[in-house]
Amino acid sequence: MIEVENVSVRYVMGDFKDIGIKEYLIRKAKGQMLTKEFWALNDVSFHVEKGTLLGIIGSNGSGKSTILKVLAGIMPPTKGKITAHGSIAALLELGAGFDGDLTVRENVFLRGALMGYTKEFVTEEYEQIIEFSELREFEDVAFKKLSSGMKSKLAFSLASRVNPDILVLDEVLSVGDIGFRKKSENRMREMMSGGTTTILVSHSMAQIREMCTQVVWLEKGQMRGIGDTKKMCDEYEKYMKK
Amino acid sequence: MKLIKLYQQYQFVFIELVKRDFKKKYKRSFLGVLWSMLAPLFTLLIMNFMFSHFFGRIQEYYTIYLFSGWLIFQYYNEATNGAMNSLMANSSIFSKVKVPKYLFLFSRIASSSINFFLVLIVYLIFVVVYGLPITWKFITLLFPIACMFLLILGIGLILSALFVFFRDVQYLYGVFTTALMYATPIFYTTDIMGDKAWIFYLNPLYYYVTYFRSVVIDGVIPSLAYHGVMLGVSLLLFTIGCWMYKKYNYKFLYYV
Repeated sequence: MIEVENVSVRYVMGDFKDIGIKEYLIRKAKGQMLTKEFWALNDVSFHVEKGTLLGIIGSNGSGKSTILKVLAGIMPPTKGKITAHGSIAALLELGAGFDGDLTVRENVFLRGALMGYTKEFVTEEYEQIIEFSELREFEDVAFKKLSSGMKSKLAFSLASRVNPDILVLDEVLSVGDIGFRKKSENRMREMMSGGTTTILVSHSMAQIREMCTQVVWLEKGQMRGIGDTKKMCDEYEKYMKK
Repeated sequence: MKLIKLYQQYQFVFIELVKRDFKKKYKRSFLGVLWSMLAPLFTLLIMNFMFSHFFGRIQEYYTIYLFSGWLIFQYYNEATNGAMNSLMANSSIFSKVKVPKYLFLFSRIASSSINFFLVLIVYLIFVVVYGLPITWKFITLLFPIACMFLLILGIGLILSALFVFFRDVQYLYGVFTTALMYATPIFYTTDIMGDKAWIFYLNPLYYYVTYFRSVVIDGVIPSLAYHGVMLGVSLLLFTIGCWMYKKYNYKFLYYV
């Protein structure tokens, strides 16, 4: 169960991150610090039941990735509160946490460690992770030499090795080939029936329609609605055609 | 207690990160980790060749004198620079994966410290080769090492936070370390400053360098007050570093 209550996230722009120390000190002395605020999320609230596969849709820059970061506990919300019970596994970007220069084998351990797995667990599950990701022949190849599809296979295989209470996925499944996509979708269904709540961001409406049991629609950081997959997708597509 | 629990929780990540730093550093180099020892050794030999004509006459065991200074400055320089970059270099990870940011800083400093211990072995070999006795007093060297470790952690925490906000810090710190190198009596002896030698007391590195030389070359353990000053300065910087990290770490995400 996840409870999102009046969550807002503010980014500050034109702050000293763009100008360096000298400009910062000059402007500060003159009292002319001009900063612009940007609310990536504005008063978003929703509620997700256990075992749901929730899709998040919306055009570019609508705050989808930001809400995932907040859900994954990476970014604290500026205002509001998130209550999420249980373990969270998040896959927000394909290559994140992997190191291009290390081999696939070394990366499994590195990334596994970053995900909070124990050493024993990764050692034990290693064979299955490689098996599931179909990367048997590439175990000793540097990660950067893999195709993006292969990278996503490895990332998903690692993240889905456990049954987390909450799984957060950002646009990571759309790169694998059809065979792997089927396989990963099956694995996700299996996890859902085991009680995992999944939150998925995707631009593939077909995938959202096929998989999700509930959909949240965000636009410019604001909630446009939450509800039944078909209804939300139809509304969104109508809005986008305008 | 809390620290032990934290360590158990993050031990695996920590070790994997240290391993990553090492593997990346020595990838595709034939001599690999040996370079950790060889690179400072060559610099030392060059400096020894250059300066022993000037200072070798006044200072006994000049090579060891020089090595003591170089060993410490090199550790400080390498570790703090690595620490400064550690957060930025790993920003793509902690902005996408939930993991404590300080782990990247600690693991980077740990790799530098391992490097330091490798060079320290070479240093001890030199001590033996130059015919200086290795005594029980050498155990006390752990004290300046521990203080230096704390100091580096503190400075690393401060620099890495500043670096996230201001990229200028990198260049400023480069200038600072060059100045620090000349302000530390690495290759020269302190009497060149005459009655202004008190100025060295403002430089934390001076204490470590002097401590090493005192124990290794003269066989004398510095006074208790000396220990107090070293510990005090290190603790102070470490506390400032922790405070800065605590205050600003949640903001890092918006600036990387």
